[in-house]
Amino acid sequence: MAGLLRIFSLYMTGLIQFGLENIASAAAWIPLHPPTASSIAQNVDLLYYFLTALTLFFTALIFGIIFFFMVKFRRRSPDEIPADTKTHLSLELTWTIIPTLITFVIFVWASVLYVRNSRPPESSMEMFVVGKQWMWHIQHPEGVREINEMHVPVGVPVKLTMTSEDVIHDFYIPAFRVKKDVMPGRYSSIWFQPTETGTFHLFCAQYCGTDHSEMIGWVYVMSPTDYAAWLAGGTKNESMAQMGGRLFSQLGCAACHTSDSSGRGPSLAGIYGTTQKMRDGNSKTVDEALIRQAIVNPNSITLPNYPPIMPTFQGQVNEEQVLQLIAYVKSLEPEERTTSSK
Amino acid sequence: MSTTVIAEIPGHELPSEERVNYLTVDHSVKSWLLTHDHKRIALLYLISITLMFFVGGFFAVLMRLNLIEPTGLVAPETYNKLFSMHGIIMVFFFLVPSIPATLGNFLVPMMIGARDLAFPRINLLSWYIYIVGAAFTMYAVISGGVDTGWTFYTPYSSTFSHSQVIPAAVGVFVTGFSSILTGLNFIVTIHKMRAPGLTWFRLPLFIWAMYATSVIFILGTPVIAITLFLLGLERLLHIGIFDPAIGGDPILFQHMFWFYSHPAVYIMILPGMGVMSELITAFSRKRIFGYTFVAFSSLAIAVISFLVWGHHMFVTGQSVYAGLIFSVLSFMVAIPSAIKVFNWTATLYKGSISYEAPMLYALGFIGLFTMGGLTGLFLASLATDVHLNGTYFIVAHFHYIMVGGAVMAYLGGLHFWWPKITGRLYPDGWARFAALVIFVGFNLTFFPQFVLGYLGMPRRYAVYPGEFQVLNVMSSAGASILGVGYIIPLVYFIWSFKYGPIAGPNPWGAKGLEWTTPSPPPTENFEEVPIVTEQAYNYAGTSESAHG
Repeated sequence: MAGLLRIFSLYMTGLIQFGLENIASAAAWIPLHPPTASSIAQNVDLLYYFLTALTLFFTALIFGIIFFFMVKFRRRSPDEIPADTKTHLSLELTWTIIPTLITFVIFVWASVLYVRNSRPPESSMEMFVVGKQWMWHIQHPEGVREINEMHVPVGVPVKLTMTSEDVIHDFYIPAFRVKKDVMPGRYSSIWFQPTETGTFHLFCAQYCGTDHSEMIGWVYVMSPTDYAAWLAGGTKNESMAQMGGRLFSQLGCAACHTSDSSGRGPSLAGIYGTTQKMRDGNSKTVDEALIRQAIVNPNSITLPNYPPIMPTFQGQVNEEQVLQLIAYVKSLEPEERTTSSK
Repeated sequence: MSTTVIAEIPGHELPSEERVNYLTVDHSVKSWLLTHDHKRIALLYLISITLMFFVGGFFAVLMRLNLIEPTGLVAPETYNKLFSMHGIIMVFFFLVPSIPATLGNFLVPMMIGARDLAFPRINLLSWYIYIVGAAFTMYAVISGGVDTGWTFYTPYSSTFSHSQVIPAAVGVFVTGFSSILTGLNFIVTIHKMRAPGLTWFRLPLFIWAMYATSVIFILGTPVIAITLFLLGLERLLHIGIFDPAIGGDPILFQHMFWFYSHPAVYIMILPGMGVMSELITAFSRKRIFGYTFVAFSSLAIAVISFLVWGHHMFVTGQSVYAGLIFSVLSFMVAIPSAIKVFNWTATLYKGSISYEAPMLYALGFIGLFTMGGLTGLFLASLATDVHLNGTYFIVAHFHYIMVGGAVMAYLGGLHFWWPKITGRLYPDGWARFAALVIFVGFNLTFFPQFVLGYLGMPRRYAVYPGEFQVLNVMSSAGASILGVGYIIPLVYFIWSFKYGPIAGPNPWGAKGLEWTTPSPPPTENFEEVPIVTEQAYNYAGTSESAHG
């Protein structure tokens, strides 16, 4: 008897070992986990694993109970009629209240994480993204432009301001657990802080037409020194603000928007970040979106002291150029106004 | 003709050939195409949606074939059309009408002891509208296809797509009216035509589910019609509504689209839940546990389903506060579904459970719907939705609900009422085998997609990075099994229609008025209008007061 048991246990151990080895080799063969390479990725994963455990627990519970009932209460004779079971109010309340409480816990957990993740740190480095069928244009403030590639330094929070030339795209870096739709006609933003150097996928996650699945690229996370070297080596270009300044004079904006207040348009020096009272009486903060609106649809937001005479520049400038113009306007310090008006 | 209904005594049934029923009353084509009989209209719908199901399924097979290779096998524009047409056909022309228009049409009058629906001509009209809508959509398919996805997101669909957007949108627009008419018909019928004694709380839960579904049909469907109409205006006349280049707002489209299309998810699953309550009780010979909770959870789902559309838009840039509100409401809509699952499970307790094919589908439903529902929590959670939205995780989640839930329930219901509809039995062994094949094939197809989504593979990709191949091949292998699983029932159903053994009025020993008439029923359903004196599912034969 003891011998039989020993053989049986050896057999079982062998079986388990075989199973484990197979699972291990399968795990190497089947990817189960994306890279975890940003400051929020681990927190998101923690919630993900909690939800996975919850799903497995309740699925196993329901399956287990059903299988138990299926066997225990199987029909034993064709004319068997079971007695009624009374409905238990307390039981109904139990399985209403407990799931409600569980979902409330998940809601709070997920929402706190989301709210925290949605605010970029003040110190964020800025970069700009324009999606168009079917590529990503990325520009660094220093002026370096990339297509379907994005170089970023490790450990530094990066805030992206994004828009689209045509249809809705979606900027998605799975390794960072960040995703945001990139809309035509408006700016959306996203931020992340890479925690590991390496190369990670960049995907378009909103269907955008024929080559949607080719609208992919790579994010290169580099050490700060490598990044600085890359930035220096990659360009003899002007900065984004300088490009914008050149556009500003090429398009004739400077004719009206003089640096003092004598022009037909308002002076733009130092206007970024201020709050302005509009002709319709509303007050609006001058941010990227408002400057963009002023360029493509100027007469929708005129200031009270200026006539609505600015022509639209929609179609004359593309989204990247709009971003450069914005960078230029942002670069105009308020001091300039005082110095130039003297 | 006059000596017809003598089949009230089980076991003493005449062969159906000798008894005039709704199928044999007139064999002419005209009698079918101009019929006012809800049972015949149900069959017309059954044939139409089965055709559409296999067309949509064929596209799915081609998609899964394409995804075996990371580089794809067909051109990307072809693949884009495949998934778009798969979605449009399966959602609007199969899932939405599936249970209501076939089983609902057949059973609503029979379950409440009525001779027909309230408006038989409108019922026939709804089928013709469906056919016109389907014809437009099939025209779109044949004339080059549509590549917008079933979601028709603007401005891609209104300005940029070069495919047959307008015919496809017209098809969906038109077929919506058939849903509205069906909903209208059911609501009036359920209110006005219940047999004497059949109070609201004696109704089978299938009727409650149909009622809740009809409410969504009537309130939701006009919104998708308006949305697609505006889309057409912008595409044809360049009136700026959704495209920012001409002054529109693309997010407006998404709000309007999901205001219908999220409740539409419940149009697809609520009828399945109704079927479940019938199957579980019949095959365990028990009253449903918690009748009122199950009934009101259907209405709760119908109401809350209109308030959760924003959870499709967590990453579009809607405000953080809007996100929080839609998130909490999305968790709330999960609760009534959980209540139903617990009540079905509790119904089995101390039952007399048998395992004919419909019950296997029902048990499969509980398992797959539970998984589909729980994975919904990942997507209602804001922080995890940001990562999972737009990936294969979404695809897996809604296929667990739509296919694992709605289609399993539809097949279970079809197996359950097939003897009533045709008067014939199908081979139960084959049917159980098919249920098993479908269950295995389904899980192998869609479980790997949860992992793919977590890894970050976006949906609607014609080509993909090589590291996702293993899981995609597993999914494609599962799809081939699933495809076989769907063809087996098609074969034995067609076979049984002519050669199956005679079923008799009530082969399962089930409760419910539909089982008190012959199979197939006569055109007028009941020889005499039945009088109802007991609650639904009264298998134990206890008097009403005993239930408390």
